[in-house]
Amino acid sequence: MSGPAPAADASTNRWRRRIASWLSTGTLAAVVAVLSLALLWMALRLAGFDATLALGALWRGSFGNWYALTSSTLVRATPLVLTGLAVAIAFRAGVWNIGADGQLLAGAALATAVGLAWGDALGWAALPIALVAGAVGGACWAGIAAVLRTRFGVLEVISTIMLNFVALDLVGYLVRGPLQEPSHAYPQSNEIPARMHLPFLIPGTRLHWGFALGVCAAGILWWAMRSTAAGFRVRAIGANADAARIAGRVDVARTTTRVLLLSGALAGLAGAIEVSGVTYALYENISPGYGYTAIAVALLAGLDPLGVLGTGILFGALEAGALSMQREASVPSVVVTAVEAALVLLLLAMSRRGAAARVIGRFAGARSPSPEEAL
Amino acid sequence: MTNALTSFLEASVRTATPLALAALGELVVERAGVINIGLEGIVLGGAFGALLGAGSNNLVLGFAAGCVAGLFIAALFGVFAVSMRSDQIITGTAINLLVLGLTGALYRGLYGATGAALTIPTTGSVPLPLLVRIPVLGPTFFDQPPPTYLVYLVAPVLWWWLYRTHAGLAIRAIGERLESVRVSGVNVPRWRWITLLVGGALGGVAGATLVLSQSGTFAEGMSAGRGFIAIAIVVLGRWRPIGVLVASLLFGAASALQYLFQAMGWNVPYQLFLAIPYVLTLLALAGFAGRRIEAPAALGRAG
Repeated sequence: MSGPAPAADASTNRWRRRIASWLSTGTLAAVVAVLSLALLWMALRLAGFDATLALGALWRGSFGNWYALTSSTLVRATPLVLTGLAVAIAFRAGVWNIGADGQLLAGAALATAVGLAWGDALGWAALPIALVAGAVGGACWAGIAAVLRTRFGVLEVISTIMLNFVALDLVGYLVRGPLQEPSHAYPQSNEIPARMHLPFLIPGTRLHWGFALGVCAAGILWWAMRSTAAGFRVRAIGANADAARIAGRVDVARTTTRVLLLSGALAGLAGAIEVSGVTYALYENISPGYGYTAIAVALLAGLDPLGVLGTGILFGALEAGALSMQREASVPSVVVTAVEAALVLLLLAMSRRGAAARVIGRFAGARSPSPEEAL
Repeated sequence: MTNALTSFLEASVRTATPLALAALGELVVERAGVINIGLEGIVLGGAFGALLGAGSNNLVLGFAAGCVAGLFIAALFGVFAVSMRSDQIITGTAINLLVLGLTGALYRGLYGATGAALTIPTTGSVPLPLLVRIPVLGPTFFDQPPPTYLVYLVAPVLWWWLYRTHAGLAIRAIGERLESVRVSGVNVPRWRWITLLVGGALGGVAGATLVLSQSGTFAEGMSAGRGFIAIAIVVLGRWRPIGVLVASLLFGAASALQYLFQAMGWNVPYQLFLAIPYVLTLLALAGFAGRRIEAPAALGRAG
C-alpha cells in the first residue's frame, strides 16, 4: 500500500538499521517519555495550569515512590502490556485487530463465569483454569472475526469494532442478568472466591502476578517472533502477503487465523487478570478502553514485543500519574489520552521523513492487506 | 399502547438522526476509498464545538460551530491519511484518542471539575405543517427537531451528487479502480479531501445534534460509539444512501427499544437488543442475505 519504496542505497539501509537498533526498546521508551512530558508541559502551559506542579504530581503518582510505581503504574500497565502485545502481533501480520477491548471483555466475562460457577469445586486449580478460560474467551471472540475474514472475506477492521460493541452489550447484560450479584442492586457480578485472587507479587503492594505474566508473554513473543518459523511466517505475511504465499508457500489464511486467535487470547488473558488481580468481580466498565490505548502502545513500540513492555509501562505511568495530577493540580486526567494520541501522530509524521522511519518502519511501509484478499 | 408505539417510533427516528448524518458523511468518504475511523472523534468534536458555539443561547451558531469542529478534525485526518499517505486506520484511531482527551480536558478546564449544571436550550421538535397530520407516519417522521429534516434534505442531494454528476463518478471510480483513475488523470488527493470535508461537516453536525437537539448538555465521551456505529451503518446500508437511511433507522429503533420497554414496564435486559444491529451488520457483511456486499475495492488504500 502506502509508504516510500525501500531505499535501494545500501548504506542508507545500514544506517537505518543502526538507528533502529540504537533507538529500539529501552532507548525508544526513554525518547518517547521525554517527548510526552514535553508535549504535556506545553499543553498544560497553554491551558493555563501550573505545569510544574502538575508534572511533579505526575511524577509522584507514577515513578516517584515505590508504592506508586508498584501499586499504580505497574498494575495499570499490566492490561496495557497484554493488550499491547495482542495488537502488536496482529499488526505485525497485517491483521487489523481493533477489537482487543472486546476480546478483553470476553475474557473477563468467561473467567468470571467459570470462577463463580466452579471456583469452589476446583480448589487450587480454579485460578489457572480461570486464566485459561479468559484466554479462551478472548480467542473465541477474535475467532469470530477470523472466521468472518477467512471464510466470508469480511474486513477484520470493521468486524472487530462491531464485536467490541457486542461484547460491551453482552457484559452489560451479564452483570444485570445471569451474573448479577444476588441482591440485584448493582450492575456487577458477585466477588470471585478468594482462592482465585491472583497473589501479590510484592508484599505490601497491590502489584499482582499478572504483571509477571505480562513480562513473560512479552519475552516469549519476542523470542518467537525473531527465532521461530511461525514468527517468521507472521512477519512474512505482514510484510507482503502475496510474496509470502507465492515464494514462501505460507498458508496466509491459516496464519492469519492463528494470529487473530493468539491476539484474542492475549487480550482475553488481560481481562481474566483484571478480574482475578484487581477488581475481583465483573463490571460493565472493567476496561476504560484498554484495547484502544493498546493500539497506541503497540505502535509506539514499533510492534516489538519487548518495546511493548516499555511503552506499556510508560502509558501505565502516564495514566497512573494523571490521576494524582488531577488530585493535586486539578488537571483533568483525561488529558493524557490526548498526549498518547499526539505521540502516535508524531511518530506517523516522523515515519514519513527518513531517519525515524526505520523505528516504526516495520509498519510504516504499509500494510493494510490488499483489498482483493481482505474483502 | 398506541401512545407507547408512537413515541417509540418517534424516538427511533430521533435517535437515528445523528447516526444517519454521520453515516451519510462516511458513506461519501468510503466511496472515495477512505475509511475514516476518526469519525467517532469527529462526532465528539462536533458535540463539543456545538457546546462552545451555543454558549450564548445561539443555536444556529452552535450547529455552525459543531460543523466547523468536524471540518477541523476531518482536515487533521486528511493531512495524515491523504496528504502524507499515512495508514488510515492508525490515523483514525489516534484522532479518536486525541479528540477524546482534548474535549475532556478542555471541558473540565473551561467548565470546572464537575462540569455539572451546564445546560443549554435545545431546538425542540418543529412539526411540519400538514405532513404531521398523517396518521402514525406524521408524528414519526415530521414532528422532529430540525436536524432530522436536514437528513431528508442531505440524503437525496448526496445521492444525486454521487450518481448523477461527474464529481460523483470520479469519487466512486477512485473507490473502485484507484490505479486506472490515477492514470486517467483524476486528482485523487483532491477528491478525497473534498469527500473528507463533506464527511467532517456532516459528522460535526451529527455531534451538534446530540447536544443541541437531544441532551442539552455535554458529557465527556458523549459520542459513546456513535461514530463507530455510523461506520457499521454504512456497511449495513451497502454503501448506498437509501440503504444508509434504512440501516440508521434500524440502529435507532434498537436503542429506542429501551424507552419502549420502560414505558411498557417490561423488565427486559435491553442490552441484548442494543447488540442486535451489530450482529446484523456482521451477518450482512458475511453475505447472510444471499449475496456479497460490494465494498469499494480501494477502501483503506493510500491514494
